[in-house]
Amino acid sequence: MMIKLVDISKFYHTGSVTLAALDKVNLEIKNGEMIAIMGPSGSGKSTLMNMIGCLDVPSEGRYLLDEREVSRLKEDDLSEIRNKKIGFIFQSFNLLPKLTALENVELPLIYRGMQTAERRQSSVAALNMVGLSDRMHHKPTELSGGQQQRVAIARALAGNPPVILADEPTGNLDSRSGVEVMEIIRDLNEKGKTVILITHDMEIARQARRIISIQDGCIVKDEEVA
Amino acid sequence: MGVWQIIKLAIAGIRANKMRSFLTMLGVIIGVAAVIVLVSIGEGASKSVTDRIEGMGSNLISVTIRGNQSSATLSYDEVQGWKERAGIQGLAPIVNGNVSVKYGSNKYDTGLEGVNEEYQEVRNHKVQAGRFILPMDVSLRQKVVLLGTEVSTELFGNMNPVGETVKINGTNFKVVGLLEEKGSESMGSNDDKVLIPLTTAERLLNSKGIRSVYVQAESPEMVDLVVTQIDNILFRKTNDAESYRVFNQAEMLSTVNEVTGTLTAMLGGIAAISLLVGGIGIMNIMLVSVTERTREIGIRKAIGAKRKDILRQFLIEALVVSSSGGIIGIILGTGGANLLGSIMAMETVVSLKIMALAFGFSLFIGVVFGMYPANKAAKMNPIEALRFE
Repeated sequence: MMIKLVDISKFYHTGSVTLAALDKVNLEIKNGEMIAIMGPSGSGKSTLMNMIGCLDVPSEGRYLLDEREVSRLKEDDLSEIRNKKIGFIFQSFNLLPKLTALENVELPLIYRGMQTAERRQSSVAALNMVGLSDRMHHKPTELSGGQQQRVAIARALAGNPPVILADEPTGNLDSRSGVEVMEIIRDLNEKGKTVILITHDMEIARQARRIISIQDGCIVKDEEVA
Repeated sequence: MGVWQIIKLAIAGIRANKMRSFLTMLGVIIGVAAVIVLVSIGEGASKSVTDRIEGMGSNLISVTIRGNQSSATLSYDEVQGWKERAGIQGLAPIVNGNVSVKYGSNKYDTGLEGVNEEYQEVRNHKVQAGRFILPMDVSLRQKVVLLGTEVSTELFGNMNPVGETVKINGTNFKVVGLLEEKGSESMGSNDDKVLIPLTTAERLLNSKGIRSVYVQAESPEMVDLVVTQIDNILFRKTNDAESYRVFNQAEMLSTVNEVTGTLTAMLGGIAAISLLVGGIGIMNIMLVSVTERTREIGIRKAIGAKRKDILRQFLIEALVVSSSGGIIGIILGTGGANLLGSIMAMETVVSLKIMALAFGFSLFIGVVFGMYPANKAAKMNPIEALRFE
């Protein structure tokens, strides 16, 4: 899986003023990389994440995902790509409160049209991987923040997507849970997933092997870390 | 996402918001129940009137002479002459009036009909005790009488009147039979009357000529032919189409059915409006629900739900609410119709057809009024939906 952004721009029009949230961004992320995207709020990092995550389409430029042009796709086609290729981890977990942990993990597989037995098996395996097999019939409200984020990671993993997109994954967690969650994410990368972290926390960003800094819609720094 | 799973989720959602769901359903419940109750009243009215008309006798044609000129009336022989015409099974000419009947010290005012022996078959009367009027009674002007059940009860109580003698307008008559109870019909009560031979009645009431004849056709197909023939005879006789009336039962039935059909449709229409209002209630709550669950929609879309997945989810939820309301409405409506039937002593008919129709309509309402909110949900932008607090 290779991510390639070519001259990506995103404009927002407010009245007569046009704002460029992204301004001709070029970025290439190789298979199995673990990168961190850093920047202050309003820098365009969220827009960039939405772009990479196929939640949004650019105003200009090209986005090649595995050499497939995805920047001009329709909404439902983007849904399918998100479903199969990208696992999302959000700062606020974004679990459905009325579903159990297991049902939450199953959700992307349901939208993929997977049969019940296979779906159940994959979901249980994913929950095992994050160490929550004993909590799978609990509702999110019955779980701690760290456990909820681990359920969210299991949900991102269940469909076995090649890319994991994590937006401030430790932002709402205490430091101990944060460390645990980062361990799982690093472990995923070691098992071959491409991991993209969006963060403003240098401590978190340092755990990646490559850090990209973004400011005013432009990439200002792209450095490898040891 | 499986339909069954969505239904389960929708039911869970309904149970989580019991009060709100109940109020949402209430519109549909009231609508469906109202449709069923009102239509059952309409159909009940139609059935009871139809039953009464059919109870008058089958393939019946009634001939009435209007006006007061005695020249226009028919004689018994004249009427008997119609027998030669094709398609006529029975002829029952009638002379009627009001009389007072006395038995001992009991006196009762009632209607009297002078009839012949064919009346029994033509008008579909049954005799529960004794005998009917015989041809001999008519030709010999016998002073015999059959009592309707109401008359008998008034004069004799529970006693069997057959064999007793009553005074009709002062003349002695021997009671030879008691009619079976028949109930009311469009021509008045069948039980509050006495029957005597036609010839005797002409003399008793001092009236000449027959003003009313019941004609029975051989079969439903013959009714029109018989009507035409009698019409011709009477027109030739009177030269005035306004001076008589030939009325056939089938025509009466179709007129009544038309009227009650309109009534039923009107009642159903009024009830359908309340169903419509219920549908608007569903739409209102669904719109609130969609807004409340914006974030959920965003999450579902982010992990790969397509528009049709979201659309289906909300549509099924609307359908679960409206069909649950429909089922409760059917139960309440059927119970209400039966209760009304027994309390108000009126006939109500709850047909399976109307239940299916009301339920189908509630589903239709669910789809129609669920579509707009569901579509709104399906079209949400995932990024904005995820940002929603």
